[in-house]
Amino acid sequence: MAKIGVGRRAVLKGGAALLLVKGQTVGAQGDAAAIRPKEGDFLVKVDTPGAKPLTPDDVPVGMTQTMAWPLDPMDGTVRNGSRLNRILLLRLDSSTLTPDTRARAADGVVAYTAICTHTGCEVIDWHADEQMLSCPCHYSKFDPKDGARVADGPAPRALPALPLQTIDGKLAVAKPFTTRVGFEQP
Amino acid sequence: MRTTKVVGGTATACAVAVLVNASMVTLLSQQPAPVPAILQSYKPVTAERLKKPDDGDWLSVRRTYDGWGYSPLEQLTPGNVARLQPVWVFATGERSGHQAPPMVNNGVMFVATPGNQVIALDAKTGAQLWRYRRPISDEVIQLHRTSRGVGLYGNKVYFAAAEAVLVALDAATGKEVWTAKVDENRNGYYMSVAPLVADGKVMVGASGGELGIRGFIAAFDADTGKPAWKTYTVPAPGETGSATWPQGDQWKTGGGSVWVTGNYDPETNLAYWGTGNGGPWMGDQRPGDNLYTSSTLAIDVATGAIKGHHQYHPNDSWDWDEVSPPILADYTRNGRTVKGLIDVARDGYLWFLERSNGPIGFVEGTPFVKQNVFKSLDPKTGRPDVDPDHKPGTGKRATFCPSLWGGKNWPPVAFSPKTRLLYIPANENLCETMIGAPVSYSPGQRYVGATYTFSIAEGADHVGEVQAWNIDTGKRVWTHTYATSPNWGPMLATGGGLVFSGGTNDREFHAFDAKSGKLLWKFPTNSGIIGQPTSFLAGGRQYVAVQSGWGVDSQGMETQLNNLRPGDFPEVPEGGAVWVFAIK
Repeated sequence: MAKIGVGRRAVLKGGAALLLVKGQTVGAQGDAAAIRPKEGDFLVKVDTPGAKPLTPDDVPVGMTQTMAWPLDPMDGTVRNGSRLNRILLLRLDSSTLTPDTRARAADGVVAYTAICTHTGCEVIDWHADEQMLSCPCHYSKFDPKDGARVADGPAPRALPALPLQTIDGKLAVAKPFTTRVGFEQP
Repeated sequence: MRTTKVVGGTATACAVAVLVNASMVTLLSQQPAPVPAILQSYKPVTAERLKKPDDGDWLSVRRTYDGWGYSPLEQLTPGNVARLQPVWVFATGERSGHQAPPMVNNGVMFVATPGNQVIALDAKTGAQLWRYRRPISDEVIQLHRTSRGVGLYGNKVYFAAAEAVLVALDAATGKEVWTAKVDENRNGYYMSVAPLVADGKVMVGASGGELGIRGFIAAFDADTGKPAWKTYTVPAPGETGSATWPQGDQWKTGGGSVWVTGNYDPETNLAYWGTGNGGPWMGDQRPGDNLYTSSTLAIDVATGAIKGHHQYHPNDSWDWDEVSPPILADYTRNGRTVKGLIDVARDGYLWFLERSNGPIGFVEGTPFVKQNVFKSLDPKTGRPDVDPDHKPGTGKRATFCPSLWGGKNWPPVAFSPKTRLLYIPANENLCETMIGAPVSYSPGQRYVGATYTFSIAEGADHVGEVQAWNIDTGKRVWTHTYATSPNWGPMLATGGGLVFSGGTNDREFHAFDAKSGKLLWKFPTNSGIIGQPTSFLAGGRQYVAVQSGWGVDSQGMETQLNNLRPGDFPEVPEGGAVWVFAIK
């Protein structure tokens, strides 16, 4: 069920390293928590201290977005030091995804920044009937099946996507955000 | 590439070059930019001038402390306004909502824009005098990317920066004189309000009603930036009003944001500020009346003490912020002259109140748009009898009119003492269906707990309106309607008998006959106008100024309207500019 491929080696490496540094205090804790998600980072639910890394099955199919932070597998740092690290996860029917989006998905789970590209509000609304994301501030709509392209409203560009993989059954970051996260700053 | 080679090859020449360059840089950076003549003779804004500005000046956001948005200038009239033309235009370089008035002190114009920017211009020629920009980090929480203006006093310009920092600028140079942290942005406090300057203090409030903030009005010493007082709009346990928050710690995240400048009565030294809705949105999640949300507060400017209040609707469940303050205008009722406060509320009612040296009295309230929530008002107190069928709750869906944006949102009204008419930018025929859900608080995160769907009332033939009401009779005199546009345009009334406002999705700036409501002139600008228009004199000539720059909630409403009636409400181009008009 888990897509292995790249994952298998990464999990071994990551797992070993995690054991070695567990409990160690990282000097620049704030910085590690603020850097953007990196390849191999796991994902944990927001506002859930001590949460375990999410698996694809933790993201309900076709339901509203699950909000997550990246987690450094090396030292367990939750990268919640920047609001721009908030990630939204959706699990969709893989057959409905465009090829590019499918290539970035892991077991149907797609990940995008939660920060709207328009004025930085959080994209928290989900229209289950249309399978569309939307922002409550200015009602920009994004199509998560097609790279979170702007389907409606004033947002100037798609939500940056975060390519995923699975590592040992857990959702993990495969590559950094496809484009700069954050909003319009002329 | 070539330069690198040369530098690397001749070490001595390189060193000399570096020295020369470095000293030149030092010289340049130490040399203050020459202050333009018009700023060398900058006329300080005294307390007296704020109370009684010259006819040709616009020194406060609404020009006068009473909030009238009225210029006594008479050169422009219904007879000549057809010849009004642009004189100059200035691109702000910013997108999003441009809501600040171009304020003018003796020929010097100050304009605030989104992006933490304040620009000083020669009001007559449009020449740039200085430009202040305060960097905004991507991390800054700012759900509404706008500024509603600056405050002027002495030789300073006061600006509320988005990240909840108050900035005092030198009016002659645009350099920071002092800055004062107002609150913690990462906990959801951000600012868009124009500071109110009175009694030697600069007052501001904070936005963040969707983020679980506890609202306040804070005052700082105008000279030094030293904090003077901070009065919360939600009382702590034991304080007056705290009994209206019976449940636990809810007062800590109770909302009551403050994002529109208060009006001021110099006679009593009371400032009248409006407050936002309670947080989270569903009233049943925070039992009690929830003072002082959705209220007007009378605040003693000397001490910050709350001397009076009027709550328009207790236990808000509709997102009806009542942040726009009442204007101070005396009116007659039943043969009596009332020292009045008149508020055009988001809840769709026009409220006639009475001011004093403290308590605020209720006189009458009447709906100015379709309103299906209040069954009646208590004749003594004005407290509405709310129809529970139109009050949403947790797991309880309800439809209500006006929509969550209200019959009138923040755009200020204007009042002309000549016509005795109050000019209201209204949105009619809009409703909302809302249902609440439990929500938990996390600092800086959305704390709303509701989903909602916008709708246009059946049979509606228009949305936007300009309404004119006679304040002595309490009756509507005329209405201008916009068939396919909302109205988000702040109002300006002038002594020459005109009313100006933008507000529409067709980018037009309009002039109406103040008496009859006849549309006399319009001009399409670069973007939609949600800015506050002003009028001023320069070189003996009357000008009208306004910022064009559609954004924030007007943009959200337009998107929603276009979803309901595709094609009728097209996207409005973004990008800000200052426009100045006169008769050539």
